[in-house]
Amino acid sequence: MTAPVKEVGAPAPGRPMLAGPRWRPGESLFRWLLLACLSVGIVFLIALLAYVVGEAWPRLDSRLWNNFPSIRRPENAGAQSAIFGTIWVISFTALFCLPTGIMAAIYLEEYADQERWYNRLIELNIQNLAAVPSIIYGILGLGLLARQLALGTTVLTAALTLSLLVLPVVIIASREAIRAVPQSIRHASLALGATQWQTVWRQVLPAAVPGMATGSILALSRAIGEAAPVIMLGAVTFVMFNPEGLDSSYTVLPVQIYNWISQSRTEFHHLAAAAILLLLVILLVMNAAAIWLRNRYARRW
Amino acid sequence: MSTSAPKSVAGTPNRSLRRTRPRYGEAVIKGLLMAAALVSVATTVGIVISLIPPAVDFFRQVSISEFLTGTDWTPLFSDKKFGVLPLVAATFVITGIALLIAVPVGLGAAIYLSEYARPRVRQLLKPSLEVLAGIPTVVYGFFALAFITPQLQDILPEAWALEVRSGLAAGLVMGVMIVPTIASLTEDALSAVPHALREGAFALGSGKRTVSVRVVVPAALSGIVAACVLGISRAVGETMIVLIAAGVSTGLRFNPFMEMETMTAFIARAASGDVPVDSIEYNTIFAVGALLFLATFVMNLIAIRLVRKYREVYE
Repeated sequence: MTAPVKEVGAPAPGRPMLAGPRWRPGESLFRWLLLACLSVGIVFLIALLAYVVGEAWPRLDSRLWNNFPSIRRPENAGAQSAIFGTIWVISFTALFCLPTGIMAAIYLEEYADQERWYNRLIELNIQNLAAVPSIIYGILGLGLLARQLALGTTVLTAALTLSLLVLPVVIIASREAIRAVPQSIRHASLALGATQWQTVWRQVLPAAVPGMATGSILALSRAIGEAAPVIMLGAVTFVMFNPEGLDSSYTVLPVQIYNWISQSRTEFHHLAAAAILLLLVILLVMNAAAIWLRNRYARRW
Repeated sequence: MSTSAPKSVAGTPNRSLRRTRPRYGEAVIKGLLMAAALVSVATTVGIVISLIPPAVDFFRQVSISEFLTGTDWTPLFSDKKFGVLPLVAATFVITGIALLIAVPVGLGAAIYLSEYARPRVRQLLKPSLEVLAGIPTVVYGFFALAFITPQLQDILPEAWALEVRSGLAAGLVMGVMIVPTIASLTEDALSAVPHALREGAFALGSGKRTVSVRVVVPAALSGIVAACVLGISRAVGETMIVLIAAGVSTGLRFNPFMEMETMTAFIARAASGDVPVDSIEYNTIFAVGALLFLATFVMNLIAIRLVRKYREVYE
């Protein structure tokens, strides 16, 4: 690029002149400031992980998953009932919320006429629910499911409550996956005489499965880490046994962690850190699986 | 296909393309799918009907003016006072501290990612924000109580008397927790600003900073405000961090160095204790819950409206 307005202090030849003739201290200061903003989160993340690993180190052994919680003897305490409780609750959460969420997404994307007021209401409602505080879902679980429907504070109540909590996330992610399937596929299928459901079932859904799986895994990983609503649903007490059914009482990992944090002795503090590390590893594996799925099966149309 | 179709075509040439036979299976499927979508509406209805009866019971015994203007909050003690202001004040103070961190940091990070970062850098940095968003809040609470508070007690002058549980530690950590929410929504809004606006400003001789601050940010303002409102909504509704790191209080206080209890923390603490059903203590949970739901509901609707507005302008 040949610069017609050459002046003293111009940048080296070959660099575009349009970037400005002068060195601007404000510009680079601003850039560094922005980078500092971004690094706040990253530094925080590193500090958090380093601290948790450091605190958890003395307690990272098989006691964590072989033993049950104990108030009197922290050196023998473990989180087995919480681990099994989490598996029970999350399995049923997945069973409840994934089919419902995916079906709702299919309805909104493939069937709903967006001009109708009730469809717009459903849409607005989902957007709002996605931002309702999780503790409010705890109130729903306590007031409606546990008391009025008399389900008690059981695995079933917790799984239903968490399903409703992550349902908007599943719906929003599934809708995006469905929307990414190009219209031409649907038109071709319909033109060949397929009905609307045949088109959805045989063309749209297979193409949208990877995206929906990614979104579903992320939604479930949110449910695994959620403590606030479950605290209200009877998971707080020290539970010395694994759940045996839907009507069993239970505890889950985040609530067990909260319990140990509330204890004053330092042994419980290390135990809490070890359980946090276990929880973070589970979430990391799930997130990695989601990213792998997205990259492995992502289709460019 | 049935043989009746060609016949009817011959008989009525102007026949529409609609199918000749009703397909009951298709209608059933559509009904099922719609029922699944209605579960979300049922959730909202469920929240409202689980809140209203106990809240109405509560306000039969406690006047609304006492609830909204009282400055003492001791519903779980024997001398019961039901002034919700201490909880509201604590929520305001902690949310304020969180926003002081989250709004500038989130905005800066979003501007960097959208306007400055090269694609490779963005691919590397953006997931780290997503990881931050995926960490359970109980972990944030643990970090605030066990790491941030001792650090702050070392740094701050002793005369400020930072307590072991304080609004400050909870607010700071909550601020970092909201950064991903604000950053990712703001980045969406910034990316939606058409390139022509930026090129026009560059052509007039503006530097990159001027373009970012004076052109792109104002153009995306409604989206940015929506991001901040959603951030506030998350801060107000966050429970575990404040439950673990902010403590308990009964009186009205604004000093962030002291213990304070937010609306969410009270709900969680009261509901996890042994509260007899249908007692005034039990109903208190739902009265505070109704206030919290109303507050976040209004903020969510504002945010949703604002997001729609900027989408309409540029798409």
